[in-house]
Amino acid sequence: MLKMFRIIGRNIRDAFRSIFRNFSLSVASISCITITLIVVALALILSSNFDNFTKLMKEDFTIVVFLDNKIDQVGIEQVEMEIEKLENLDSYEFESKEKIAASLMQTSDIFKNIMKDWESTNNPLQDTFLVKVNEVEKIKTTANEIKNIEGVSVVKYGEGIVEKLLAVFNNVEKALVIIVIALTFVTAFLITNTIKLTIFSRKKEIEIMRLVGASNINIELPFVIEGLFLGILGALIPVIMVIYGYANIYINFDGQLFSPFVQLVHPEPFIYFISLGLCGIGIIVGMMGSLIAVRKYLKI
Amino acid sequence: MELIRIKGVDKQYNNGVTAIYDLNLKVKKGDFIFVIGASGSGKSTLIKLLYREEKPTKGQIIVGGIDVAKLKNNKVYKLRRKLGIVFQDFKLLPKLNVFENVAFALEMYGNPMSEVRNKTLKALELVGLKNKAKQYPDKLSGGEQQRVAIARAIVNGPKLLLCDEPTGNLDPDTSYEILKVLEVINNLGTTVIMATHDREMVNKFKKRVIVLDNGKLVKDYEKGSYVDAEDV
Repeated sequence: MLKMFRIIGRNIRDAFRSIFRNFSLSVASISCITITLIVVALALILSSNFDNFTKLMKEDFTIVVFLDNKIDQVGIEQVEMEIEKLENLDSYEFESKEKIAASLMQTSDIFKNIMKDWESTNNPLQDTFLVKVNEVEKIKTTANEIKNIEGVSVVKYGEGIVEKLLAVFNNVEKALVIIVIALTFVTAFLITNTIKLTIFSRKKEIEIMRLVGASNINIELPFVIEGLFLGILGALIPVIMVIYGYANIYINFDGQLFSPFVQLVHPEPFIYFISLGLCGIGIIVGMMGSLIAVRKYLKI
Repeated sequence: MELIRIKGVDKQYNNGVTAIYDLNLKVKKGDFIFVIGASGSGKSTLIKLLYREEKPTKGQIIVGGIDVAKLKNNKVYKLRRKLGIVFQDFKLLPKLNVFENVAFALEMYGNPMSEVRNKTLKALELVGLKNKAKQYPDKLSGGEQQRVAIARAIVNGPKLLLCDEPTGNLDPDTSYEILKVLEVINNLGTTVIMATHDREMVNKFKKRVIVLDNGKLVKDYEKGSYVDAEDV
């Protein structure tokens, strides 16, 4: 047990030493990790923000249910009961025709003049329910269900536009996922290859290790630990850029991109997740890259 | 006591060249053996078979109780820890100093720091380089570099020291010094097998001499009975 700790302790020390002794090679590996991780970070931030944007947009989709003009209080309650039974219901809100008239009257004097004499009997407006759904993709079905409720005259949900927007969102989301996955693979490939090149120049070291009786694990361990440190060092700059850079962008843009429609993801805890992810990718790829590269020169 | 037994060994390389043909050999503990022969006679192959860099095509090789031919690749280290190897080109790590080059092997096995220090300094003292422990290999002469390599090979107290042309790059005086060091190591109980071209050294140091010719063992002179270089 003690022996194992000694071996691991030595390996950590040797990993540090060897990073400095092979300084130019370490710099090559670290900068490769840094650059690729910056690209990955950008892709992650972009796709997260897009995801956030579509989520907020989807939350805003509303079905407006206009009731018959002649409906009475009992009828309204019955419609409300039916709406409550909807499977896809997220929330709903009732707006009486009086309330709508009142709010319209506030917007302009013309409306005020026309509407001030309206009573509940001669108010031509319609009572409405504003219905929000859980799954926007099923908004059409839900709208049709509402249409069939007795006492409902018209249902509006932005037909046509909603479907088109959803299709666009879906495609862009898919494309972003593919880009992030592809980028991760490219990162892994690039880093592995760079480390392979640096380890190639240390073939002699591996050969001598074998000659003096190092087992395969003895040989792999220092390189894997070195890969871990390379990964951490390589993730350093991207992490700093994400934490300070994104927070600054968020503050400077007031949390929105050009218009209130595009809300940016709040930096906390978002930047910490991204940073953890970057460190994770750096460490895993660094260690795996080293292991794969070393194994090429071992007889397994 | 027998340290090495080689029985009916053939070694054919993948390119079809047969480097060793029907080799039989027994080596006692504490022996000092010169393996001589022209280039391509199979000297290096014999050394490589002994430290399991190459596997025999046929036959049996036992080194210190380990059946070398049956040893799996990932178990080779078990054999290597029982022996030391010295090469013509020293194979030192240029970025480690003399002490670190010698301590390299011991550290990997997880020995305590104090033990690593003691054993390393002892090995360096034996080869006469204790005062150069902090130097880097490129600051040393060829003979000194080879002595560092020898110190590394014996630091773990191996039963067997294999040398593949250790004096091939060195002038006669330096070669003589290296042989002297090897003789001291041999006198301390380590079996030494050395492949060499160096007639002068073979003549000077009266040891057991094995002559290889085209992969065959053609002569086996007992200690002291080899007189001249006509076979080399």
